[in-house]
Amino acid sequence: MIDKSMNVLIVDDYKTMLRIIRNLLKQIEFNNVEEASDGGEALAKLRGGNFGLVISDWNMAPMTGMQLLQEVRADAKLKRTPFIMITAESKTENVVAAKQAGVSNYIVKPFNAETLREKIEKVLGNA
Amino acid sequence: MLDTLPTDPLTTRLAEIRARYPASVPEMVAEVVRSVLTSMHGDLVSGEVSLLSEVEALGRTISNAKAEIAALRVDDITVSHIPFATDELDAIVAHTASATNAILACCETLDEVGAAASGEMAAKLTDVTTRIYEACSFQDITGQRITKVVATLKTIEEKVASIIAAFGDRSEMTAAPLPVASSVVTEASLLNGPQLPTAAMDQSEIDRLLASFD
Repeated sequence: MIDKSMNVLIVDDYKTMLRIIRNLLKQIEFNNVEEASDGGEALAKLRGGNFGLVISDWNMAPMTGMQLLQEVRADAKLKRTPFIMITAESKTENVVAAKQAGVSNYIVKPFNAETLREKIEKVLGNA
Repeated sequence: MLDTLPTDPLTTRLAEIRARYPASVPEMVAEVVRSVLTSMHGDLVSGEVSLLSEVEALGRTISNAKAEIAALRVDDITVSHIPFATDELDAIVAHTASATNAILACCETLDEVGAAASGEMAAKLTDVTTRIYEACSFQDITGQRITKVVATLKTIEEKVASIIAAFGDRSEMTAAPLPVASSVVTEASLLNGPQLPTAAMDQSEIDRLLASFD
């Protein structure tokens, strides 16, 4: 059974995208959602809070989603936090690099709500 | 054996070329020809004559290329066209973001209505808003694509600047005459598409302008 009251951190430099993901999460009953606009802000929030899931874009500045993932996996307190990458980067080498860095799942933009729900359930079911 | 340089024939030949292509024969080519000839000893054989001909042809090609590039007004590309294009693309991103946020706000209201509803209506509202949220993610994708196009334009701008620098004489590059502005206003000249916000009049300014005719 997935605990939908957990805190979810969504990270994207496009405000519109944050709004879309937040609303889609709300529709599948994840109501405790926080936002960050780049990897650095996200890392600070992760270190200062208690999050059960990170959903992050890749292409952001100054800290990318990949760098955020690497920081999370290198942090003793955060390393087990499920991490889903949502990105327009769809080349094989991107997916491979993300997997090697420890990503929990990978969603390519544009995506649909069903894909998001399915990946979250899969990641949290395995957590 | 040819002990002295054939300067007279060369001078004569260059004069002929200048006469045929006034203002476009590069002195550089003449220098190249002189350099080739000063290194020659002995009679010109057919291969060397052919080489000389090739050098002349090269000079003509360079001259023609310079004239064609000047006619294109390549300076305009870096000074006007590319900055204009990037500004337009930035405006597209801003306008689509604004429109997307307006759509999302409506969607959020529909979600609130759906939360108060029940049964089939609630399910239908959720389904519809979900599809709208999904569709709105286009803004992120198009934004990223436009960013790539802007980067490409900047690369073109740099390459054009390199070409201009390579040709050296900027005054020659901008020598092509500007099209003469017509005093006759045609419909085509009025059809310029939406203006950038900084250059556009808002509705109140248009209203004031219209009122000034009364």
